Amino acid sequence: MFKYLLKRLAQAVLTLFVILTIIFCLLRLMPEEGYLGDSYDKMTEIQRETILTEMGLRDPIPVQLAKFYADLFQGDLGTSWIYRPNVAISEIVAEKAPISVEMGLLAIALSLVVGIPLGVFMTRFKDGIPDKLGMLFVVLVMAIPSAVYHLFIQTYATEWLGLPMLFKQGDFSSWILPTISLSLYNTATFALWMRRYMVDELNKDYVRLARAKGVKNAAIMARHVFPNAFVPLIQTIPSMILLTAMGSIYVESLYSVPGMGGLLVDVIQRQDNAMVQALVLIYASLSIVGLLLGDILMGICDPRITFTSKGGAR
Amino acid sequence: MADHPSNVILSVQDLDVKFNLRGRVLNAIRGVSLDLYEGESLAIVGESGSGKSVFTKTFMGLLDQNGVIAGGKILYNGQDLAQYKKEKDWLKIRGREIAMVLQDPMTSLNPLKTIGYQIGEAIAIRHGLRGKALKEKVLECLRDVGITEPERRYHQYPHEFSGGMRQRVVIAIAVACGPRILICDEPTTALDVTIQAQILKLLKDLKEKYHLTTIYITHDLGVVANVADRIAVMYAGDIVEIGTCEEVFYDPRHPYTWALLSSLPQLGIKGQELYSIKGTPPNLFQEIKGDAFAPRNPHALQVDFKARPPYFEVSPTHKARTWLLDPRAPKVEPPEHISQLRKQGGGLSHDC
Repeated sequence: MFKYLLKRLAQAVLTLFVILTIIFCLLRLMPEEGYLGDSYDKMTEIQRETILTEMGLRDPIPVQLAKFYADLFQGDLGTSWIYRPNVAISEIVAEKAPISVEMGLLAIALSLVVGIPLGVFMTRFKDGIPDKLGMLFVVLVMAIPSAVYHLFIQTYATEWLGLPMLFKQGDFSSWILPTISLSLYNTATFALWMRRYMVDELNKDYVRLARAKGVKNAAIMARHVFPNAFVPLIQTIPSMILLTAMGSIYVESLYSVPGMGGLLVDVIQRQDNAMVQALVLIYASLSIVGLLLGDILMGICDPRITFTSKGGAR
Repeated sequence: MADHPSNVILSVQDLDVKFNLRGRVLNAIRGVSLDLYEGESLAIVGESGSGKSVFTKTFMGLLDQNGVIAGGKILYNGQDLAQYKKEKDWLKIRGREIAMVLQDPMTSLNPLKTIGYQIGEAIAIRHGLRGKALKEKVLECLRDVGITEPERRYHQYPHEFSGGMRQRVVIAIAVACGPRILICDEPTTALDVTIQAQILKLLKDLKEKYHLTTIYITHDLGVVANVADRIAVMYAGDIVEIGTCEEVFYDPRHPYTWALLSSLPQLGIKGQELYSIKGTPPNLFQEIKGDAFAPRNPHALQVDFKARPPYFEVSPTHKARTWLLDPRAPKVEPPEHISQLRKQGGGLSHDC
């Protein structure tokens, strides 16, 4: 187990290194006008060169890259160039992340609490009306572009329920709609896969044997079918939690939530290379950690998976 | 067959089972009657789709949701199981009165639960045991089915067992609750030949030890010869011939039984093509008129296409559903190699 973790972590570091290097090099291909903003036209060639040299952009790329990694190893994400000039990126993230994380965690908790039981319920009444209604919900949420129903919820739910249209720090009622909007897609995903995996399990022979040995249907569902169906799902949950916690562009901008959601797009547009690199690092790390956690959870839950090599395929 | 006259433990009378499949009705079991005697070992043979599995599933209320018992009785302990609707009723039967061993041991155990848990689950329900007492009983069951090192095996998962060992575990689960009837649904089909013999021996030993009445469902006549006292031959949802092992093997009367026996590779002559039954089984979605086997029967009489034959008694233990046994029917001899079976005392006879 320990050896496996070490191996996976080494792989993760290597992956991050590759991603960051590629992003770093690609960013150096951006047009130089972008770094100078609106005042580009008014500057002389010498002024431009001075600024670009100061920003370090005139150094050879390997030198820039080496400097970036040197800073990174010291735990320094660097400072923002353009988004909020000379402010430490860690400070910007520390300011914006908590709200996204809180809302994201709340939303994913809501999805789990609603989605998983919904899936179980749909299985229990498979082909019945509850199943069909649940399926209708799943199909609507998955098939309609999320922008449409997010907007719909904001426009109508605020009116019907008298909830605030925009987010306000400290006002709990302004959390409700963005959190629900954020949770809908994951709720549908959980319900759909829960139902699917449970139906798969229900048709397996061991369920028939459990019934033949005199176990109650309800107990078969609770002790055999549900846990077995949950195992494949559990692998995806850490990734979903981490990615949801990093905010959503659309929901956050719709309700003016001051979170992380739109940040990456924003800084790419403004060519704030330092910010882009830092954010890519954060997102990539979270994705990798999510996958790793998923695999570990799966290994803990499924005795057939071991973390030691057995030599040869199994 | 036991020497003393046995008691009927389970009696099926005129059982009809229908399945609803996409709006069409399939007649899976068509008026089957059967008396099961206490302590006997009955084999039900027939080709795939003949209804052998469905027939025995009705004894435990394990029909799929779209299947219904449309008529007839299943009498057990003075109760008509065909009337059972609620799960609560069935829980009194399943495991404790009638138990089942399924065909494929690779899939019939939950891969995520330990063997100990899966055997214990059944015992806990039956005896209300817990903790240490439960574990003791489980270990005893494991020893019973010949699993070595039960203490270590107890904590292992199904994937750590071989196919034969898993089938032993399944058998341990089945006998754990002390049932009176054990239904073995093709217990050896998924196993290789050497393991088959071991499992059959185990089942025979347990039958003796716990005075079980066993029903084997199989299409392997070699298995039948090995374990059965009586044989019921099923075709198209009906028992067409039933008799003791000897009677069915050496004095078969129904043309389908002849055909089935003729398909035994052991009876083939070297260099000749193996015998196969011509045609296909009837479509059970349609009402069957006359004898279901008539269209494939080279000896079919005109009446076979018009009226369903009743059972004709050959001996008190042997009866067959074919018009050929009617006194008015022309005398038809069974195929030559079938009648020779008796003289040769063939390769199948050793245990009959």
